[in-house]
Amino acid sequence: MSTRIAGTTREHALELLRDMLRIRRFEEKCAELYSATKIRGFLHLYIGQEAIAAGVMRALEPRDAVVATYREHGHALARGIPMTRLMAEMYGKAQGCCRGRGGSMHIFDAAARFYGGNAIVGGAMPLAVGLALAEKLRSRDAVTACFFGEGAVAEGEFHESLNLAALWKLPVLFLCENNLYAMGTALARSESETHIARKAQSYNLPAATIDGMDVLAVEAAAAGAVKAIRGDGGPRFLEFATYRFRPHSMFDAELYRDKAEVEEWKKRGPIVTFVAKLKDGGLLRDADLASIEAEVEREIAAAVEFAENGTWEPLDDLSRDVYTRETA
Amino acid sequence: MGAARRFVARRLHAGNGVIAATQLQTGRTLTYREAIREALREALASDPRVFLMGEDVGRYGGCYAVSKGLLAEFGEARVRDTPLSESAFVGAGIGAALGGMRPIVEVMTVNFSLLCLDQIVNNAATIRHMSGGQFSVPIVIRMATGAGRQLAAQHSHSLENWYAHVPGLRVVAPATLADARGMLGAALADPDPVVIVEHVMLYNMQGELDAEPAAVDIDHAAIRRPGRDVTLVTYGGSLPKTLAAAETLANQEIDAEVVDLRTLRPLDESTILESVQRTRRVVIVDEGWRSGSLSAEIAARIMEHGFYDLDAPVKRVCSAEVPIPYAQHLEAAALPQPERIVAAAKALFGHG
Amino acid sequence: MPSLGADMESAKLTEWMVKPGDTVKRGDIVAAVETSKGIIDIEIFEAGQIGELLVQPGTDVAVGAPLALYVPAGGERAQPAAVAAVEQSAAARAVEPRAAKVVGPAAGRARASPAARRRAQELGIDLASVAATGPDGAITLDDVERAATAKAPKADMRSVIGRAMSRSKREIPHYYLATTIDMSTSMAWLEHWNREHAVTERLLPGALLLKAVARALEKSPELNGFWLDGRFEASREINVGVAIRLRTGGLIAPGLAAANERTLPELMRQLQGLVQRARAGRLKQSEITNATITVSSLGEGGVETVYPIIYPPQVAIVGFGGIVNRPWVAAGRIAAAPVVTATLAGDHRVTDGHRGSQFLTDLERRLQQPEQL
Repeated sequence: MSTRIAGTTREHALELLRDMLRIRRFEEKCAELYSATKIRGFLHLYIGQEAIAAGVMRALEPRDAVVATYREHGHALARGIPMTRLMAEMYGKAQGCCRGRGGSMHIFDAAARFYGGNAIVGGAMPLAVGLALAEKLRSRDAVTACFFGEGAVAEGEFHESLNLAALWKLPVLFLCENNLYAMGTALARSESETHIARKAQSYNLPAATIDGMDVLAVEAAAAGAVKAIRGDGGPRFLEFATYRFRPHSMFDAELYRDKAEVEEWKKRGPIVTFVAKLKDGGLLRDADLASIEAEVEREIAAAVEFAENGTWEPLDDLSRDVYTRETA
Repeated sequence: MGAARRFVARRLHAGNGVIAATQLQTGRTLTYREAIREALREALASDPRVFLMGEDVGRYGGCYAVSKGLLAEFGEARVRDTPLSESAFVGAGIGAALGGMRPIVEVMTVNFSLLCLDQIVNNAATIRHMSGGQFSVPIVIRMATGAGRQLAAQHSHSLENWYAHVPGLRVVAPATLADARGMLGAALADPDPVVIVEHVMLYNMQGELDAEPAAVDIDHAAIRRPGRDVTLVTYGGSLPKTLAAAETLANQEIDAEVVDLRTLRPLDESTILESVQRTRRVVIVDEGWRSGSLSAEIAARIMEHGFYDLDAPVKRVCSAEVPIPYAQHLEAAALPQPERIVAAAKALFGHG
Repeated sequence: MPSLGADMESAKLTEWMVKPGDTVKRGDIVAAVETSKGIIDIEIFEAGQIGELLVQPGTDVAVGAPLALYVPAGGERAQPAAVAAVEQSAAARAVEPRAAKVVGPAAGRARASPAARRRAQELGIDLASVAATGPDGAITLDDVERAATAKAPKADMRSVIGRAMSRSKREIPHYYLATTIDMSTSMAWLEHWNREHAVTERLLPGALLLKAVARALEKSPELNGFWLDGRFEASREINVGVAIRLRTGGLIAPGLAAANERTLPELMRQLQGLVQRARAGRLKQSEITNATITVSSLGEGGVETVYPIIYPPQVAIVGFGGIVNRPWVAAGRIAAAPVVTATLAGDHRVTDGHRGSQFLTDLERRLQQPEQL
């Protein structure tokens, strides 16, 4: 039995697995906390799509920028935002990364160059184009990773942003997480052309479609794209085929898809398939898995405690951080 | 209108509520458009982080010829023609600001800004707050606004009040050459998003400016004409008409004080209220439609904080509640004009 | 019941997927609930054993209410799935926008509302002399009216009354009518009423008399109005002025607005309020000036007949003496009965004795049917 898998070492594989499990267990905990009314507003879980955040973030450097959507907890964790600050933000506490001002859909972190957390579908794509423009104008080589769902493809901003990035040759890595449903609407019901990578190609943007359930494939594709962007300074587009195992948000009766379909995809899930692959390849023992799970569980418990013990911003501070400078 | 423009041009303003009695030994004559161009040039030359982007700002020289010559001087990287993608290029401006640049984004007119309203309202205005103060968005967005050239309903809006509605934005309206010259610099220095609205009828306005124009702020209104009997509050393209109305009123023994708002958000309440306290009567001149307008907001604030100083209700002169028509006589009747301003002021004294 | 959405308040349990005794692990679906969006599966977040099911399918359950008991793996006692209610932070209080630096009133200019300012001008009152009770220390309309009423010292009031009465006698050609009214039915009815009702609903005879006058005026509009500019203007409303003696010796006759439309208890309360406010000097301006006719009752003083003077510009005044026991002929026999003498003084420019006696006759008739008042 081989003890290697092409494209990774045991150490690295375990890191990827840990990344995915951190996200998975965090999201599950959020579901529980939301049901217990600790987390309010909207909650969009990333369960099923973990391979994409985990794989892509490994391909980025700290100097790169990340723009994401409202389903961004996984991206935030994989990018290195501390789980404590993330959980406190979910609770709305002052110790959250955004002082409780943003909540689940608006995670920002300057140190991680994480620019949201954006709740308007497609609304952050121009931001990514602009961040990349700044890099180009400053003659630096950071890549701006722009995550979005296939629902954004219908918005005008998708087309405007791809066009502008390609036209001005900007270092944007467009990452489309195609989970087949924009809230309750299947892709085929809203797009005349469902092959998304082809839309990018129509803007002269090099594009590829990747299996989003395979974390190694994701990582490899992302690494390749990042290298290409740093090489010629122009944008790249990756479409990931993926699936969310949970409803769009907590309050969703999933009338739009079959439970059978969900079960099918679960069998192909990123974690369960990766674990099987690693075990088959002799890189993972049960003890390793248990150890990772325990570690993740401890981290989550600590994060919840941190959030529970957090404080609320005083009401007198309501109007702060609207402007940087106040006028007389 | 000519008399009004000359009138405006003769006043020099330090922009902080005081009419400077500065002399013009080394002044020069130029237009409002040229003053803005000068400001753009100065900004591009002095700060490598500044760049200009918008539709037709480069090769075409700017829809209103404001940026003529700048492409040749500063190159394509810094004077960027964009596709007709308001949402993308305004959003890109926001992203570039986040990334350390100081972009000046030109949206051709406020009419087209509706296409990038989401970027301005949901991103530029909110990112500082949503991020808990981690980021600021130092973007300047310039838009032409207003009516008067028979461009009909879709090209004649005055929607700066919509932007003035949103916390997180600053909105300024230069109505004089000194402000056209100086507000851009102040806006670029501001770490938050600033929307500058330039009225289309002012671009040709001629006047005199110092060789070394004084810096201006973007925080205060200015008293363009002191008076005792009634306060006329206005901004932007309506300033010349209001000043003309003040001259007419003077000939009828009514001494009007003209307040140029300069900043629409935040409003300089102190200047407005102090003026009302002195004159006890106020007319607000606003080219927007009165429903939900900036004049409504100002009237509410005067009522809230200056109620006991008033000797008469607040009056407003706004555009007629009709999409701006094409025919010249209809358009002129729809917009505020000096005659209506005079009539409104006189009505406050019981003369109908 | 878990919270599944920002606007979810409750849901209907449609189906249990488990029964007591079942072992469950974390993530298992235990029930289905019907929400506004459709049926959603509920999972359990802890491994354990299901205990008692607390809710039957088909029941609406609020978010946070327990659905079932279970024993967590680890063997503690049965407990409802912990749903710690989120502590609400201090009730959101509206945070006032930072006020502009409010400039104080200009020197020499009293802070008064436009309405107050106008009234002060009408009444010739100097605002500087008015005590302010309004917001931000401003003078309100009521403040001005109060100052106006308070202005006249008691001595002045007598001379004012005197002047008014002289003018009345000088200008109005008064005629006088009187009639004695049998009050037995009314008094009996009153006694019965007061027995049947709470103390707070007690009626005094005065209320009956006032109501009867008000209702009778409906049929005699020429007695209810004003003589202005050389002619009579009937009033649409019947506001019966009640002559009230002030402890300081003055006299005032504020009006009971729409007296004919009030029920007796209402009229009683209104009357009591009027008397109280009149004596405290706190009548509203409208009450002072709204009477369309006046009633002067001197019953307590012991006199039987009142010959009142009309208050210009009114055109009539009704007087009542005391309700006294006198010999009375009823059904051909003499017996003691409570009677009251009602008088009417009328302005002969508007009505005459015939008209006036019609009114008094109507008044007497109504007092025989108190239940219809």
